[in-house]
Formats: sequence, C-alpha cells, structure tokens
Amino acid sequence: MQAALTLARLTIREAARRKLIRVLAVLSLVSVALTGLGVSALVSSARDEGAPELLIQIGVSQVLIFCAFMFSFILAMTAGFLAAPAIASDIESGVAQAILARPIRRADLVVGRWLGLAVVISAYAIGSGLLEIGVVTLIAGVGPPLPHVAVAFLAFESLIMLTLGLLLSTRFSAIAGGAITVVAFGLTWIGGVISGLAGALGATGLAALIDAARILLPTDALWRGVVYGLEPPLATLIESGEFGSVASANPFFATEPPPTIIVIGAVVWLAIVIGLAIWSLERREI
Amino acid sequence: MSPPAGQTPDVADGQGRPALETTELTKRYPTTVALAGLTMRVERGEVFGFLGPNGAGKTTAVKLLLGLARPTSGSGRLLGAPLGDRLARQRIGYLPELFRYQPWLRAHEVLALHCELAGLERARRPAEIETALATVGLTDRAGDLVGGFSKGMQQRLGLGVALLGRPEIVFLDEPTSALDPVGRVNVRSIIAAARDRGTTVFLNSHLLTEVERVCDRVVIVDRGRVVAQGRMDELLGEPAVRIRATGIESAYSTLASFGPLTRDGDWLTIRPLDPDRVPEVVDAIMAAGGRIFAVDPTRTSLEERFLDLFSGDQPPKPDPSSQPSSDSRPS
Repeated sequence: MQAALTLARLTIREAARRKLIRVLAVLSLVSVALTGLGVSALVSSARDEGAPELLIQIGVSQVLIFCAFMFSFILAMTAGFLAAPAIASDIESGVAQAILARPIRRADLVVGRWLGLAVVISAYAIGSGLLEIGVVTLIAGVGPPLPHVAVAFLAFESLIMLTLGLLLSTRFSAIAGGAITVVAFGLTWIGGVISGLAGALGATGLAALIDAARILLPTDALWRGVVYGLEPPLATLIESGEFGSVASANPFFATEPPPTIIVIGAVVWLAIVIGLAIWSLERREI
Repeated sequence: MSPPAGQTPDVADGQGRPALETTELTKRYPTTVALAGLTMRVERGEVFGFLGPNGAGKTTAVKLLLGLARPTSGSGRLLGAPLGDRLARQRIGYLPELFRYQPWLRAHEVLALHCELAGLERARRPAEIETALATVGLTDRAGDLVGGFSKGMQQRLGLGVALLGRPEIVFLDEPTSALDPVGRVNVRSIIAAARDRGTTVFLNSHLLTEVERVCDRVVIVDRGRVVAQGRMDELLGEPAVRIRATGIESAYSTLASFGPLTRDGDWLTIRPLDPDRVPEVVDAIMAAGGRIFAVDPTRTSLEERFLDLFSGDQPPKPDPSSQPSSDSRPS
C-alpha cells in the first residue's frame, strides 16, 4: 500500500509539473466568468421586462443544468484522456519495466495511478462546479436547491470515466483507450434518452435491454443525480404531472435522485472495474 | 568447449547458492519461440555476460528472470527465491534496454522515487542518491529535468537507478548502447567496482569488446538456445602470437618447435603459444637474421568466436552442456 501512495503522489506531481492543474484552473475561471456574464445579462434583461421571479428561477436553473451538462462532458473527456495513457504510456516508455522490477505489486501501480488521478479529477469537478454554482447564485440571487448533491454526482461521474479509462489503459494504447472512453460515454448518454422514451411509449422490452446495457457504464444514471441537485422544486412538480413519464426521457429533467441501489451499484462498479484493471495488468507481459 | 557450469565453485556466498539458476526456461508466443529451454547458472559475485544476435531471446530472458513476463514452461530461482518473487526484487537492480524516465522529473527525484519503491530505509536514501549520482557522473545535473537529458545521460541515470541500495544482483540490458567511448570506459569501471563490492552483474550486451573486457563468464544464446558457455579464457581459446617478419625461412624449423605455424604473407602465427615464450620466439627470429616489424600476442577475440558461431547458414548447434541431460544443470 505504501508503494501505491508513492505512485499516487507521483501521479499528482506529474499533473502539476505538466501544467495540467494550472490549465484546468484557468479553464475553470474562464468558463465561470463567461457563464457568469451570460447569466447576469439574461437575468437583468428578464427583470427589466418584468418577468416573474419564479420564471427567472426556472430559467437560471435550466442554464445551470446546460452548463453542468457541458461540464460533465468536459469532465468525462478529461478523465478519459488522463486515465487512458496512465499505464499504457508507462509501458510504452519503459518506465513500467523499471518500476515493476521493484518489490511492488502490479496492483500498487493500478491503485496508485487511480488514487492520484481521482484526487486531481475530483478536485477539478468539485472546485470548478462549486465555483460555477456560487457565481451564478450570487448573480441571479437564486441558486439550486442541492448544489452539493449535484457536484458530488458530477465528481462521481468523472470517477467512473477515469476508472474505465484506466482499465483500457492496461491493454490498449493511449489513443485507442481515450477514443473508446469518449464513445462509451456518449453512447450511454444517448442510451439514457432512448430508454426513457421507450419506457414512456410502452416499449418496455427495449427499455429493459437498454437499462441492462447502461449498468455496464453507470454515468447516465449518475447524471440524473446532477440534474436533480440543480432543479428547482417547481420543475419537479411539472414532471410529476400528466407528462411526467415523457419528461423523464429528457436528460435535463429528473423528478427524483438516482435510487440508492443505483448509487451503491455504481460504487460496486468502481470496485469491480479497478479489480479488473489489476487482473488485466497482472496478466500482461511488460 | 565449456566445463559444466555446476563445477564452478560458489563464490563468497554463505548460503552456497548461486545468484541465479534456470532450468529449461521456455517462452513461446503464438507465432514464435522466444526462449527454448534456457538452462544456466550465475554464481554470486561474478560478472556474467549474456550474448546473442538480435532476436536471440536475450531481453525476453531478462524479463522472465525479473518476473515481468511469465515462462511457458521451465523454472528458475533468483537469489534463492522462485522467479517473480516480489520480496527477492528488493535485492536486485535493473537497467531496462529501451526506456525513458519521466521527463518531468529531476534526476535526483527519479533516484528518490526508486529508493522509495525499493523500500530503502528513509535515513539511507540521501546518501544512496548522492553516491549513485557521483558514480555515474551526474552530480552536477542532479537538479535538471530528465527531459533535457541526452540518451547517454539517461542511460547513465538508469545505471545509477539500477545500482541504488547496493543490490545483490544487477541486470544491465545494453548499458552502453547510447554512450560514447569515454562513457563506455566509465561503465566498465562502474561494473568492476560493483563486482568488487560483491554485487553479481548480469550483463546483456551486443558490444562484444565490452563483454570481453569485463565479464568473468558468458553464455551465448541463439534462437532461444544456449550455443556456447564458459569462462572467458575457455571461450576465447588458446593464446597465440602473430609476428610480421621477413627473412625467417632459415628459422622455420626452430620456430616450428614452439608450436604449429601458419603463414599469411609476411604474417606468421604460432598457435598455441604460452605468452611467456614470446621473447624466445623473437630471439630465435633475430638469431636467424630475420627482421621483425610487429609482434602481436593474441587470442581469438570474442567477436571472432561469435562470428564463428553465427557465420554459417545453419544455426549453431545448441551447446551440449546446456542440455538438461548434462551435468551443467544446477546441482
């Protein structure tokens, strides 16, 4: 375990030395500044035109959800592209040979890389997410009901992508692993939409099939948690009404948080995929 | 050609065990056989050369020995533990053949990382890092990023990493391939110093003159099999002298008494010949009125030996002493 911590620290140092942390911080500030300006302009023009506060509140929440969606995609890409080369490039450069000839387990390399990247990506997700929500709340005077829930689910989603990227990194080149990660993320998101529609239209067989496939990558289920954390109670009322079932197909609405079983399932998913990555690296010839 | 390795006395080892031994170690890939039954023994405290042409299976063998790859069949022991044993790796050092350390780390940080991974006591680490930097001549560049290092400097750093913590055995895979002549001489003296401290050195190299100068014993492999092995003096054959001289016809019968003669133009070779008798040969030529232009006491070089083995169209026959039926197996 000591070796895993050493490698985790090394991973964080790599992120700092390669200016990744600085770049992420600057990107966060730029996006928060731009969306802050946009929200400020929207809110002031809506108030000038005498729009009711309730409408403004829903409008701001929808802007935040769209921002969060873009951010979740950026996070998934960042996590995938950080993790995809994490072990693959060590093997290509020969660093893995030198490291694994030391008295460490291969599991130490996988766990160390995972821990280090998880710290970097979670810090980015939490820091950037809270800053965005904070600035928008400050400008609009209203904020989402459960910002901490939204940010926690965002970070969790990025950890899922990170772990998938790391598993692929034990077998595929960095480029192939990165591409697979991004495509898998997009497919799962689309799968979530189609499954909701299929459920609403009564195609229960198709919905069940897609839901089963979505267990393979639980990012979309966690995305619903982000939306739930950002949505004002009024929107929830709309969805629970007559068109509730159709609204649930919309990836930007969530009437309830992801069920606990889904969250536990996602944690188990993380453990299984990390285990698979260790198993895969242990069987790989370095 | 070579004596059974098992007869070589154990060197300075309280346990009387070799540093490394393998029995019929084999590695097959779906389309190729990288190693076809490697049986060898490396004694403690010796510098052991592991030679062979490209694709002979040398790097595969090193990876099997270090547990980086798994053998298809066969077995081996490294420092008394089965191959791949994690704790045995605490006592080894390794310089991989093709590698590039993290370019964003400073030289001393690479060494510190490996001290940590090797489990060296914290208190020992600063001194170990300083010694390693001094040994490979990188003290002045300790604070520089590895990304700015030339290939030769990276190789020297790798050698420093491999020697950290005074390992019991160090595996050097082509340690001088990127070095200039001065660097190569330095590496030879570093290897000799390591041996003097009791470290066993397993040297994998194409550079035969390097091996010839530094190794106590060598194994030559081809297509995954041992084709020759033994101590350097046995492999290199009998000593001889080559003399370039004129007017020696009348001295022929006298010279023939020293040993078998061969003539090629002005060059005369007597093989075998005890090196101590070279002055007598020179005296005999002078006495017969011959004129001497050059005297070259010689042996078959490792390169000649190597070329002998690999010059034909047919692959060299495996060395009988490497077969499991012979007494070269580890005892």
